[in-house]
Amino acid sequence: MTTIQKKPENPIAHLSRQDIEDIGEQLDAIRASVIDSRGEEDAAYIRKVIDAQRSLELASRAVLLASLFPPAWLAGTAGLSVAKILENMEIGHNVMHGQWDWMRDPKIHSTSWEWDNASPAELWKHSHNELHHTYTNVVGKDNDLGYGIMRVDEEQRWMPFYLGQPLWNLINACFFEYGIAAYDLELGKNWSTRKENPEFQRQAAEVLKKIRAQATKDYLVHPVLSGISAPTTLAANLTANLVRNLWTHSVIICGHFPEGVETFEKASIEGETRGDWYVRQMLGAANITGSPFMHLMTGNLSFQIEHHLFPDLPSNRYAEIAPQVRAIFDRYDLRYAEGSLPRQVASAWKKVVRLSLPNNFLKRAASARTPAAAVATVTELFAPAPRVGRGEERQAA
Amino acid sequence: MPTTVLRPGRTSRAPLTALREGAVKLAELVATPLVPADYLDMVSPLRASADLCGRIVEVRRETADAATVVLEPSGAWRGHEPGQYVRIGVDVDGVRLWRAYSLTSPADARDGRIKITVKAIPDGVVSNHLVRHARPGTIVQLDQAQGDFTLRGTAPAKALFVTAGSGITPVMGMLRSHGARLEDVVLVHSAPTPRDVIFGAELRGLASTGRIRLVEQHTDSGGMLDAAGLAELVPDLAERETWACGPAGMLDAIEQHFADHGFPERLHTERFRAAVTVAGDGGTVTFSGASTTVEADGASTLLDVGEAAGVLMPSGCRMGICFGCVAPLREGTVRDLRTGELTTAAPGDDVRIQTCISAAAGACDIDL
Ligand SMILES: Cc1cc2nc3c(=O)[nH]c(=O)nc-3n(C[C@H](O)[C@H](O)[C@H](O)COP(=O)(O)OP(=O)(O)OC[C@H]3O[C@@H](n4cnc5c(N)ncnc54)[C@H](O)[C@@H]3O)c2cc1C
Ligand code: FES
Repeated sequence: MTTIQKKPENPIAHLSRQDIEDIGEQLDAIRASVIDSRGEEDAAYIRKVIDAQRSLELASRAVLLASLFPPAWLAGTAGLSVAKILENMEIGHNVMHGQWDWMRDPKIHSTSWEWDNASPAELWKHSHNELHHTYTNVVGKDNDLGYGIMRVDEEQRWMPFYLGQPLWNLINACFFEYGIAAYDLELGKNWSTRKENPEFQRQAAEVLKKIRAQATKDYLVHPVLSGISAPTTLAANLTANLVRNLWTHSVIICGHFPEGVETFEKASIEGETRGDWYVRQMLGAANITGSPFMHLMTGNLSFQIEHHLFPDLPSNRYAEIAPQVRAIFDRYDLRYAEGSLPRQVASAWKKVVRLSLPNNFLKRAASARTPAAAVATVTELFAPAPRVGRGEERQAA
Repeated sequence: MPTTVLRPGRTSRAPLTALREGAVKLAELVATPLVPADYLDMVSPLRASADLCGRIVEVRRETADAATVVLEPSGAWRGHEPGQYVRIGVDVDGVRLWRAYSLTSPADARDGRIKITVKAIPDGVVSNHLVRHARPGTIVQLDQAQGDFTLRGTAPAKALFVTAGSGITPVMGMLRSHGARLEDVVLVHSAPTPRDVIFGAELRGLASTGRIRLVEQHTDSGGMLDAAGLAELVPDLAERETWACGPAGMLDAIEQHFADHGFPERLHTERFRAAVTVAGDGGTVTFSGASTTVEADGASTLLDVGEAAGVLMPSGCRMGICFGCVAPLREGTVRDLRTGELTTAAPGDDVRIQTCISAAAGACDIDL
């Protein structure tokens, strides 16, 4: 992938200024139609999901008290995994986006919600809602692009460190909630100056407090309460957290990493109009196709395009507006990126692997005529970093 | 006689208390990041430790446009003084709206239930919902009773109640609670027709047994009652401790009369809405805590503006008397819609304003 502005065939070159503003107006109209019709049924929906999630979690933890008995272990672990996924995705992520603030229920409100995740709500809301949703897919601005540990765009400068990125991605997937917390803390950037940064120290203390509480619950109190089933309950909770981490990581990488999702240059968002912003969101996300249950389990982030256009509309309404949004893509000859979960996950991983090597590396290696040329191409990987060239200064800056 | 002084600390704590505290701590550890109450609310929303709320038990029609809502309050309810009101938070179309309603049930009701009586006003969102759509079984949010439109523990020898329309409600609460203790009661009540008199049958019953002297003023046929007419109807007005509740025009006239005749301290009034006299200029309002910015017109209260934007706004009577809505104004200017008075805060200031009667008069920053 190359930022849209640098592509040989810029997929939005055919849009006139008027087209872009018209797209904005049509999307605003869709947004208004949902806001005007938000009501009792939507409120009942989120309350039902919250009740179901809490019941499922309690029931699963109760079943796990007898986790020594293998069927109980299986049922409890499966139930707890689903409960944790629902809690993070359809409930936590969406409530913290303010999707349900309109109900004015202080118990289901973005300012009061706390979730079962290592990153405290306040910290996550800042890095996710303010940074990622504002600067979606702008290279050098949106840290979600590769989470600062991976190269996910041709225009990010290659370094030998990235050779390991398939492994980094796997580790990040397994420990995703901690990865998010580290990322929300901007650990990489802040670590060296941590001593002089009281704000970072405060946030880090919050994160540690949260991690301690989560770990005490899952890895100490619940196992101890299980008596002789303690070791198996511990294993069940570790498994549920791992399943939740792998699942959420997969859903999230499907949102912005698959082939077909566009990235943008930093300079391109200066003076952006509402229409421009909408177009960037349209092309900077990809959807996942699937059943209603799958959509629920992704927190409706399977409608990533709709979510990015309207991050604060109730998630249960994305499915309904998706065809209208798609019609706008079709009308303006834009690509609505979507695919099944396995396809999108594979596509995202393929990109992670491909970009772990310098641009066009495989092609160059394959087309090397002599063994010596091939060796030369490979040794380039470990040569001192090349001078910053065109298209690379953005990341280096 | 020597007494044993209990020293605070471990040793003085009853083992049961310690056990209880341990159980609570354990429940907290298991519930994190939620609190145990979040789970208990699912099975027992009315328990004593829950946030104050109530369950609608019955909705009883009173007149064509008024109904009494009977509520079973949760364990945290602390009771009320007759004449006080309760704030109730109802979900209408999924949105929680808070309004104040006077309590019409006796303070010592044996079944522990409380009643409010609501008159649907044209286009009124909450009043119409309660009168026409409220269903038994629904949980509503409540606040403890408040207000000082009460007999204040005394039983005056002679009492006068002047009410109109739904203004009868706090008085009905007093009559039902103190009826037996008030010896000499006159009630002058205005309503368009006899059929519009809320609690008509009950009031007429009280009158027929001689418990009260009831004067019904039917305004469709007899016109509005003015202060002079009232003085004529109640010749010993000056001797009566008076409680009045009704539309602003009526209350203003009575207040004027009592002031002119030199006994304003005899009069107690209750207003259901603030008398808005001016509009602000409008402006951009920032609710800094919620990171929300909206454009407000000069006639909408900051409370309404904030609520419409999804900000969690504290509120109470919504008419400028209880100070339940007070919030810090950090910067900018707001106008008091009742008086037109301007309040200004310089950056960094912490000026407390009542959002329910203030509107933006230029850009302002509210710390909520
Ligand atoms: C201390 C106190 C006690 C109260 N007790 C009672 C009671 O016992 N019974 C009762 O029925 N009401 C009572 N009210 C009034 C009640 O709180 C609501 O204001 C009323 O029900 C209207 O709410 P709404 O949501 O239906 O109207 P809204 O949707 O808020 O308003 C609709 C329209 O009606 C106007 N309006 C608002 N309030 C009134 C009003 N009171 N009279 C006329 N027009 C109005 C508004 O300006 C608006 O134009 C009391 C109010 C207070 C402050
Ligand atoms: S809400 Fe009572 S004073 Fe504002």
